[in-house]
Amino acid sequence: MNTGFYIAQQVINAISLGSLYALVAIGLSMVFGILRMTNFAHGDMMMVGAFGTLVLGWLGLPFGLAFLGGIAIGAIAGVIVERTAYRPVRGSADVTLLLTSLAVTYILENLGILVFSSSPRNFPIPDWMNEALQFYDGQITFTQINVATIVLTAVSLGFLGWFVTRTDAGLGMRAAAEDLGAAQLVGLDVNKLIIVAFAIASGFAGLAGILWAAQSGIVEPDMGFTPLLKAFVAAIIGGFGSIAGALLGGYILGALEVFIVAFLPSEVSPYRDAIVFALLIAFLLFRPNGLLNRTQEVKL
Amino acid sequence: MPRLAPPLAPGEETILSVDGLKVNYGAVAAIRGISLDVKAGEVVALLGANGAGKSTMLRTISGLIRPRAGAISFADERIDRLPPARIVRLGIAHSPEGRRVFGSLSVAENLRLGAAARPDRSTMEADREGVYALFPRLRERMGQAAGTLSGGEQQMLALGRALMAKPKLLLLDEPSLGLAPLVIVSIFKTLAELKAQGVTMLLVEQNITTALGLADRAYVLRTGEIALSGAASELRANYEEVAAAYLGARG
Ligand SMILES: Nc1ncnc2c1ncn2[C@@H]1O[C@H](COP(=O)(O)OP(=O)(O)OP(=O)(O)O)[C@@H](O)[C@H]1O
Ligand SMILES: [Mg+2]
Repeated sequence: MNTGFYIAQQVINAISLGSLYALVAIGLSMVFGILRMTNFAHGDMMMVGAFGTLVLGWLGLPFGLAFLGGIAIGAIAGVIVERTAYRPVRGSADVTLLLTSLAVTYILENLGILVFSSSPRNFPIPDWMNEALQFYDGQITFTQINVATIVLTAVSLGFLGWFVTRTDAGLGMRAAAEDLGAAQLVGLDVNKLIIVAFAIASGFAGLAGILWAAQSGIVEPDMGFTPLLKAFVAAIIGGFGSIAGALLGGYILGALEVFIVAFLPSEVSPYRDAIVFALLIAFLLFRPNGLLNRTQEVKL
Repeated sequence: MPRLAPPLAPGEETILSVDGLKVNYGAVAAIRGISLDVKAGEVVALLGANGAGKSTMLRTISGLIRPRAGAISFADERIDRLPPARIVRLGIAHSPEGRRVFGSLSVAENLRLGAAARPDRSTMEADREGVYALFPRLRERMGQAAGTLSGGEQQMLALGRALMAKPKLLLLDEPSLGLAPLVIVSIFKTLAELKAQGVTMLLVEQNITTALGLADRAYVLRTGEIALSGAASELRANYEEVAAAYLGARG
């Protein structure tokens, strides 16, 4: 097999996986940026989005609409969690916020088990999504799901980039992430901005969940757990609280995981996750602000 | 306790009135019953030593802190239970202590955010030009991240950002903080221009002489109470009394 094609294939795989991590990590970072809280329930929005699409499919909606509906359900679920669970404890001690978001995770996952049982369910997708696209006599192969993942992530990121740089709400969100008190003083409605942040973050997680389920073919109540951990690592690598950092971290992590398996001796492959978390520890120790370090200069 | 109170000139309309205000941080009282007022077109200075409660006063007016007792009215409307965003919309802009510009955003974006609460934003561009005319250095740096500005430029930006709200009342918390003497002079020259244009200000300062040079009236706070108040001209003439009020000695 041609080495060049092999590398190209692995790069495509890395972008595909990195896209999913980036989608989840961005939401985690966005919420942290404004509220200074790690939203552990964020991973569960993947589950909500995927089950949402599944149920809408059962109800007879065509896949495309069920797909969009799943994203919307994820976004709405995030907003509901913010209103009912997080807003009442806003401004409390860090440990209170942490416990609240862990509690929300347990409630959502158990709700998922209650309604859908804990065993994995098939996640049906249209046949065309499983079709493989082959190039150079099959030396580069990817499925339509890979294509969809990369394209939809690019579209979402384009939307987000436009939103945070070109709209007043996006500008306000960046301001609130930087200094919540000063944001209030210029008259920004912080509650509204936080709702928008949760809607976008959770919608992105919902999208990631649907794509994840489409790739693996199954959906289960605790499906968000591993991706959340990975997204957490990605967000830390990039710089927690920074949207661009989460994006960068997501793709770095995707590349790392794919390349460890693809290019290192096969004996190393089982240690993939160990290497990833070792990297996390290294970042926490030596570069806790991540790659896109945004040091706050205090000038007197 | 308030002495040297100036006679109310007829026709002067009170725009802000604070009545019997008490504010606590937990069990600690920061403001222990303060009444003051600001009339339209006036510059009123709020003086006092570190920890006297000056910033707390401004933060309470802006709605960032809820008072324990007392009332705040702005243009005849009670505002002490309103959220900060509503208070800005009513026409109170607050340039906070330490400037608090949005460091990762550009100068132009900071100014745009200053107009965030305005219902009518059609003149936003023109107003931004107005701020650039007031502070030409901001125009030169409009695309630059605010965090990379010098301290003096950041203060200009904080002022400009507050002006973008087209406020009826401007709350200024130590605009001279940490600035070189020449920069302070230039900032206060601008404040004097604004005063000449009729902008109403409540100005918190440590710098007594500079503040009394600009203000029409002043209140001196000490540990959450008004120790002295009066016309700026009279307080200027009684500098020792002001200093004594600062330190808590009774003259
Ligand atoms: N967030 C807070 N929590 C608890 N106590 C506070 C807080 N902010 C201020 N205080 C206390 O309230 C009192 C008044 O503080 P304030 O900041 O209003 O003073 P100030 O007059 O603005 O002082 P300075 O000139 O140093 O800025 C001080 O004793 C201060 O320690
Ligand atoms: Mg202060």
